[in-house]
Amino acid sequence: MSAAPSADTPDLSVAALRKDFAGHLAVDNLSFAVQRGSFFSILGPSGCGKTTLLRMIAGFIEPDSGDILIGGRSMRAIAPNRRPVNMVFQQLALFPMMSVGENVAFGLARRGVGKAERTRRADAMLERVGLAGAGAKRVDQLSGGQRQRVAIARSLVLEPTLLLLDEPLGALDLKLREHMKIELKQLQASFGTTFVYITHDQSEALVLSDHVAVMNHGRFEQLGTPQQLYYEPATAFVAGFVGANNRIFGQLKGSDGDIAEIETSDGWSVRARKSGQIAAGNHVEAFVRPEAAILERDASLLPQNQTHYVGSVQSLLFDGANSAVLLHEELTRFEFRVALPQTGRFADLKVGERIYFSFDPNRAVCFSSHGGPHG
Amino acid sequence: MAEITAATMVRAWQRRLILILLLAPALLWLFALIVLPHVQLALLSLRERVAPHVYKPSLAQFHTFIAEPLYWQVFVRTAALSVVATALTLLVAFPIAWVITKVARGRASALLFVVSLIPFWVSETVRALGWLILLRESGVLPALLVQIGLTAVPIELLYHDATILTGLVYTSLLFMVVPLVSSLESLDNSLIEAAYDLGASGFATLRNIVIPHAAPGITAGCIVVFMLTLGNYLTPNLLGGKNSQWFTELIYTQFIVRFNWEQGAAFGFLLLGLSTAIVALGLRLSGQRFVDVMRRS
Repeated sequence: MSAAPSADTPDLSVAALRKDFAGHLAVDNLSFAVQRGSFFSILGPSGCGKTTLLRMIAGFIEPDSGDILIGGRSMRAIAPNRRPVNMVFQQLALFPMMSVGENVAFGLARRGVGKAERTRRADAMLERVGLAGAGAKRVDQLSGGQRQRVAIARSLVLEPTLLLLDEPLGALDLKLREHMKIELKQLQASFGTTFVYITHDQSEALVLSDHVAVMNHGRFEQLGTPQQLYYEPATAFVAGFVGANNRIFGQLKGSDGDIAEIETSDGWSVRARKSGQIAAGNHVEAFVRPEAAILERDASLLPQNQTHYVGSVQSLLFDGANSAVLLHEELTRFEFRVALPQTGRFADLKVGERIYFSFDPNRAVCFSSHGGPHG
Repeated sequence: MAEITAATMVRAWQRRLILILLLAPALLWLFALIVLPHVQLALLSLRERVAPHVYKPSLAQFHTFIAEPLYWQVFVRTAALSVVATALTLLVAFPIAWVITKVARGRASALLFVVSLIPFWVSETVRALGWLILLRESGVLPALLVQIGLTAVPIELLYHDATILTGLVYTSLLFMVVPLVSSLESLDNSLIEAAYDLGASGFATLRNIVIPHAAPGITAGCIVVFMLTLGNYLTPNLLGGKNSQWFTELIYTQFIVRFNWEQGAAFGFLLLGLSTAIVALGLRLSGQRFVDVMRRS
């Protein structure tokens, strides 16, 4: 290791990083830093450049320009096997020709650690990830979740500055994925190693991370805490990608301070908080979270300062605590999703029933859809 | 209940009949062309001619083999050169298979595979004659060596052991490349990356990940190439001339030139025993099982 970096040196610092694949700009002039001991996620749709970014950090892809600093040290011209970084691969890439213990001890053996010592350290690491005594097993004797833990143990035993995780939960079934999410978070907390995690699953990113960067077309749309991304999306892409949202296209008719008056092409009027400068007449995209809207059978019970709408129930989407109802706004047939209160108050709602709804314009947000980042 | 059992039995019989019919050509072929001649050869090798048309059972043919130094020396030499040729073929074929499977992509990979196949569209005789044109004293390569000033006069490049080995490696290459390609193709690239990521050097990755994974393919390729080389007659004969001293030539001489079928049959069995022994030894040393190797490659 080089000179011990001071405590406030970020474990990962990326400066003006760029990678062009024959005209396709995979990573576009990206700069960011990841603080020591944090869980950092890069969230984006497939093809957004997140895998390229991760592979550049690991050293498998050479950037066109820019620099990557790990623990304050430039990684330029340093091969992957010499970087203080380890990676958990999407398909885990456990070595089938070795036992579980040999898998975990592989990196130690490459560093020249003696056989007795590396067996001891591999066993200790397996114990820490809850696989005590599994060292002699073959990889194919383990369950999906256990393999996951072996893949992480195999990397963490080397005490890397940074652990990179390439959608490691993608191959697991839903139930196990939910379970492994919690396990990953606990593992990261107990080891204190900085995790850089890439995923296209917004729920993984939100649940696991201290900070999330939403990536699109090689750039970060927004970097912030999961709460910031959810409640204060900086761009229309983030608002649409993170969490469920009702997306309403329309034209800006007027403004009341921060609040925009928007009219859809069908003539439906909604109000939403403006994000950035939007001139009257501009095309806008508004976003309303399903849980920001309130349902009432009696219009007089809705907040009087909010615009009231009438909808007919199109379909009921029962999903336990995440249940929602799809309404058609009565005048325009606009499809609008409203979360059902968890009290079960509207459990008796019927398809075709008329119901009143409204939302707080401060909890809705709108972006200019011309001249914005997405044109 | 009884009807069901009867019906099941009929179906089982039908299935067995179909299996037997499908296997029949292969079994007939094995029996007529492999088993029968070998039984005949075995009987031939175990008799001795004491007078015209009078034979008696004896081990004289095998005794001659041991007593005559030329015979067993050629035998040992053939085995040793075949092992060397097999090892060289592996060394040459491995990088080719690696480039085809892991470096080249898409069309380039397919093209490379075809390129290594093309020489096998012409017969082995023609290929060996091609080497003659290149290597004989008045051939292309000696003339080139003179022209660039490496040698003063054209030298004879034929009739050396190295020439025989070159020809054997060239002839066997495809039979090594094919099993290697299929075993390297099934190696997940992320395993190589993972090894690299965990700090392994290129050599450590090769030794710990690539070779263990490709071991069945390597073993299968080596077995095939070794058997082909040991039993090759044409290439050693054409490229080595009188100096080649290949054991198959001795067999040919006994059968065709000297009409000593008893001796030839004994030599044939010795060669069969030799190849079996060396393949068994190779499998033992590499820790592979024959059935696994044949199944996985």
